[in-house]
Amino acid sequence: MADPADKSNGPAGAGGLPSPDPPGYFEGESMNRRKALTVAGQAVGGIAGAVIVLPAVGFAVAPIFDRPEERWESVGPVSRFTGDTYKPVVFTLVEGIGEAGKTTAYVRRGDPGTFSSESAGTYIALSTRCAHLGCPVRFVSAAGNFICPCHGGVYDFEGKVIGGPPVRPLDRFQTRVRDGQVQLGPRYSVTSQLDPVRYRDPGEFTGGIWNILYPPRPSTPPAP
Amino acid sequence: MKLPDMLIPGPLKKPQKPGGGDGAGPVERLKETPADLVGWVDERTGGASFLTGMLYRKVPKGTNWFYTLGSATLFAFTVQAVTGVFLAMFYTPSTTQAYGSIVHLTNDVFLGEFVRGMHKWGASVMIILIWLHMARTFVFGAYKYPRELNWVIGVVLLILTMVMGFTGYLLPFDQRSFWATVVGVNITGTGPLVGPYLADFLRGGAEFEQTTLARFYAIHMLLVPGLIIALIGAHLYLVVKLGTTAPPWLEPKRTKATVKEERV
Repeated sequence: MADPADKSNGPAGAGGLPSPDPPGYFEGESMNRRKALTVAGQAVGGIAGAVIVLPAVGFAVAPIFDRPEERWESVGPVSRFTGDTYKPVVFTLVEGIGEAGKTTAYVRRGDPGTFSSESAGTYIALSTRCAHLGCPVRFVSAAGNFICPCHGGVYDFEGKVIGGPPVRPLDRFQTRVRDGQVQLGPRYSVTSQLDPVRYRDPGEFTGGIWNILYPPRPSTPPAP
Repeated sequence: MKLPDMLIPGPLKKPQKPGGGDGAGPVERLKETPADLVGWVDERTGGASFLTGMLYRKVPKGTNWFYTLGSATLFAFTVQAVTGVFLAMFYTPSTTQAYGSIVHLTNDVFLGEFVRGMHKWGASVMIILIWLHMARTFVFGAYKYPRELNWVIGVVLLILTMVMGFTGYLLPFDQRSFWATVVGVNITGTGPLVGPYLADFLRGGAEFEQTTLARFYAIHMLLVPGLIIALIGAHLYLVVKLGTTAPPWLEPKRTKATVKEERV
């Protein structure tokens, strides 16, 4: 405002007369009633919108933070499994969704004679979920290898990658023996040295910097 | 291909050129408005001027069949929407019943195989038409100023259509769709940092379960179609507002201004 004595707060009205100041106007005023009500109206609208949108979004993403209960399932008596070959067992991974919730695992007894890291009396259960993109692998006993039909991944007897695109060895399931029955529990992933890590989806590397680039998910149980 | 003039309701007839008419103002026009249904609605909405403005808008010389690819895509989307609504009447998004309901609607329901086939093949047709439409826009340079925003909206529409393809593929719930979805979600999971959480979000948990199918169904039939319809509206609004481009092989019209530019 060029002239400090001029208190009009707008263009001159009709007839060249300055329009009168509204009641309560003072020099340097930054908020008037119209502005205050506009801001208040937008704030109320924003709060009303957030009250609807935030719970809906939370509802949609909540399953990310939900960890299902650990379940263990008996897959056969200890006498059924040997140390020299795998036996396929079918068990339920997710309950209540029929065949889609079942998966196959290959189970054998630990063999300390061949693999120094294994101890007698334990059981090894390999998941059939390919570590490339999750297709089901098959154990070919003649070759002693696991082969994936989708993109040609090949794993050796211990589940280590020996060919194709998979990025890590086959996942495993925790095992225990109860009343002479072998039981399978939660899944876990392994590094290329077969060290257990928190289980992750296929296609994700394990070990080293990959443990940071693929952070742990709240929906999975910790590694054994 | 023009409709016979007598078939077009009065308010939707091509507007007279300004200055060339009989001097009838809005009041005279209102008096002339026929007392039929179209006139009744037009008197209360003013929709006729909007419709005539859109339908009789000027298009550049050289407009040809390539300019119909966008409308063809819109038609493919309409087919998907209509057939999808009727498929939803017979479909059960349950992991134990989904496949059975698909078998039932394909084999037992009257014309079910036909409607499902339209939806299935129509999906591929829509993707093909989108690419052709996009290629036309690109090759004709129709994405340039001031139509860049419409190109961006079109790309978002392409991505949303791909999402429709991905989520719809799971719904028959046979071996192929189940494993394709497992692989697709796992590809999502390989993205660093956010990938694992995105995969969990898509599945609704760490494993494939009932939530996954329900989620894909909801995204496929509610979320993404709504977004697509809204964006198609914005896309068309910009087409009508900005007009279409002439084919690149047409010489620009020489005016005094352009001739002057040529001399400089």
